[in-house]
Amino acid sequence: MEQPSFPETPAAVAGASAKQHYDRLLTEAASIRGVSLWQDAWKRLRRNWSAMLSLYFLIALGMLAFFTPLLPLQSPIKQNLRDASAENPSQSQDRQFAPPSWQPVSLGLTQYREKLAQLNADLAQASTAERKALEDQLERYENDNPIREMASNPGVLTSAMISARIAIFGDFCLPSLMGTDNLGRDVMARIFWGSRVSIIVALVAAFVSLVIGVTYGAISGYLGGWIDNLMMRFVDILYSIPFIFVVIFIITILSDEKVKPALDRYGINQIIILYVLIGAIYWLTMARVVRGQVISLKTEQYIEAARTIGASSGRIVFRHLIPNVLGVVIVYLTLTIPAVMLFEAFLSFLGLGVTPPDVSWGILVNEGVQAITPIKVYWWLVLFPGLVFSLTLFALNFLGDGLRDALDPRLKNK
Amino acid sequence: MLPLLKFLFRRFMWMILTVWIVYTIAFFLSRAVEGDPFAGERAMSAEVKRYKMERYGYDKPLVSQYARSLWLMTTQLDLHESRKLNEIPVTQLIAEGFPVSASLGIFALVFALALGTVAGVISAVYRYSFLDFSFMTAATLGIAVPNFVLASIAIMLFVFWIPIFPAGGWGTLRQLVLPALCLGAPFAAYIARLTRTGMMEVLNQDYIRTAYAKGLGDRRVVLRHALRGAILPVVSYLGPATAGILTGSLVLERIFFIPGMGSHFIEAALQRDFPVALGMVMVYTMLLFVANAIVDLSYVVIDPRVRLE
Repeated sequence: MEQPSFPETPAAVAGASAKQHYDRLLTEAASIRGVSLWQDAWKRLRRNWSAMLSLYFLIALGMLAFFTPLLPLQSPIKQNLRDASAENPSQSQDRQFAPPSWQPVSLGLTQYREKLAQLNADLAQASTAERKALEDQLERYENDNPIREMASNPGVLTSAMISARIAIFGDFCLPSLMGTDNLGRDVMARIFWGSRVSIIVALVAAFVSLVIGVTYGAISGYLGGWIDNLMMRFVDILYSIPFIFVVIFIITILSDEKVKPALDRYGINQIIILYVLIGAIYWLTMARVVRGQVISLKTEQYIEAARTIGASSGRIVFRHLIPNVLGVVIVYLTLTIPAVMLFEAFLSFLGLGVTPPDVSWGILVNEGVQAITPIKVYWWLVLFPGLVFSLTLFALNFLGDGLRDALDPRLKNK
Repeated sequence: MLPLLKFLFRRFMWMILTVWIVYTIAFFLSRAVEGDPFAGERAMSAEVKRYKMERYGYDKPLVSQYARSLWLMTTQLDLHESRKLNEIPVTQLIAEGFPVSASLGIFALVFALALGTVAGVISAVYRYSFLDFSFMTAATLGIAVPNFVLASIAIMLFVFWIPIFPAGGWGTLRQLVLPALCLGAPFAAYIARLTRTGMMEVLNQDYIRTAYAKGLGDRRVVLRHALRGAILPVVSYLGPATAGILTGSLVLERIFFIPGMGSHFIEAALQRDFPVALGMVMVYTMLLFVANAIVDLSYVVIDPRVRLE
């Protein structure tokens, strides 16, 4: 808090009336704004260039991931062994394992529409005998719709964004700047679409761990006594279990043929299982930290002081308790997100996490490793997903460290 | 001697308790799922099936199955047979895989410790030099790059581009080097950072000045006096590091085709081979307990102020 300065001592204004003096003091006090915890932290964070750079990078990444359906990318799932969209079909080239290049490609929307119009025209003229065969053909052909091949099971928002993208960019899409994979799919498009899954899993799982950890820690710290003792003992036991192995074991059980249909009926798929399981193992540290914070806050003098000057309990909770716990929680949340992201990638890499046709960064790196053969090294399959993933983890770690220094300067260099 | 025995005993009891809890939960979870354990196999006649059910005790009530399997495990170290791998006993799989995984893990840990402390000490002694800067940049990179990305890139570089290492397999020292390096690298990076921070703090303390003042050489002060104080954070990091190396070995054994416990575990998980997966989970739990106990003991050896609880 900045100390309000008093340019004029009471003695100097002895001539003026006391009311005037106090009025002036009050207007002056109103013009001075206290620096809140968050403004202070923000000021400190801004001075940390590596954290700020990470923050900008993560914001850009988040925006790109969110607006991926709007971007002129190729289809991340369409298997494209031959480039059907080439101007001249006789020049069509093998799109399997194409190295990064600037060679233009298109969605093939124009050809599709022409062919569709052609088929419809045929159908209009066809005799009843030919009709059935032509209708079948038309139906099959409609499945080749490039728009439909942009995403598997898109939601409402995603579909709307894809339509908007078609309206804006039409047939245009970016060339395979990062090459293509074993099925001729564009690596860049897959990285973009994979980022959506990786980020969502990381955010939701981190949020689950946040809810469990904060509730558990707060209850334990607030109640104290033998309940606190018991609850923390339980956390200690959990700490000594190698959770990653247990999680893999549980995933094995839950993806069994007999359990899967039952789970599907409740709308629980592999990704939701991941959210819950990952969230359920990363709350331990959060619980410990929150408990420690709550215990120290309970006996803090400024809480007593606030109570003695008559602050309501609502004010104490919202102005004093929550901001003080929130700082630590945010710091640990930013450090949990990269850990969770890494764990998701690790599981997907092993084939136990996100399942195709969904893409995540872990799956992409795994596909890259699978494609390594002594005959030819398809470096772009490993390098680009690995690079994007490492950069993201890097940025998240830097931001977490920066936030810790900014929100709790006492912890600096510890 | 007595505190040591008491400490070991208490740790042992905690371990037994944890393993028992893990085992019980996993047993009932997997039995709840399974239903007919032989449904996935080739059709068999009713007699064969009855024989098999009887042999594995599946015809008995669940609780007595649990009691029997717990009894077999504790008295005869029998963890049942693999469902998929031709009925090989799980204990045999563990006995085959454990030495492989252990040598990989120990090699990785030793490498991480050696490289990490050396780089950390050099960085702290020549602080803010070019060497310090490059070590710490490498360390930051090493912490952020996941080990499976690192391993894939290492394979491309050192197996195919500059062929100095074999692509995978197990048996010779050359096959061990690359996976162990990839496995240990992130931990080496973290240890380097911890050592540097610790050394920087210790080198400013009075007893270091005293050591210089009584005429000791640089090397002796750094290695004998400073390092001993600075290494404590590294020692307490060894517990999490062991857990991390156990986890990392899952991925690296798969990438490098190493027939260790990790490969068996992931294979079992993908194939839904519950007895194998469960046996491995228990072995990993025990390993983690042993490693943590060793770390706590070594803490006492290094720092005389620390006492066993």
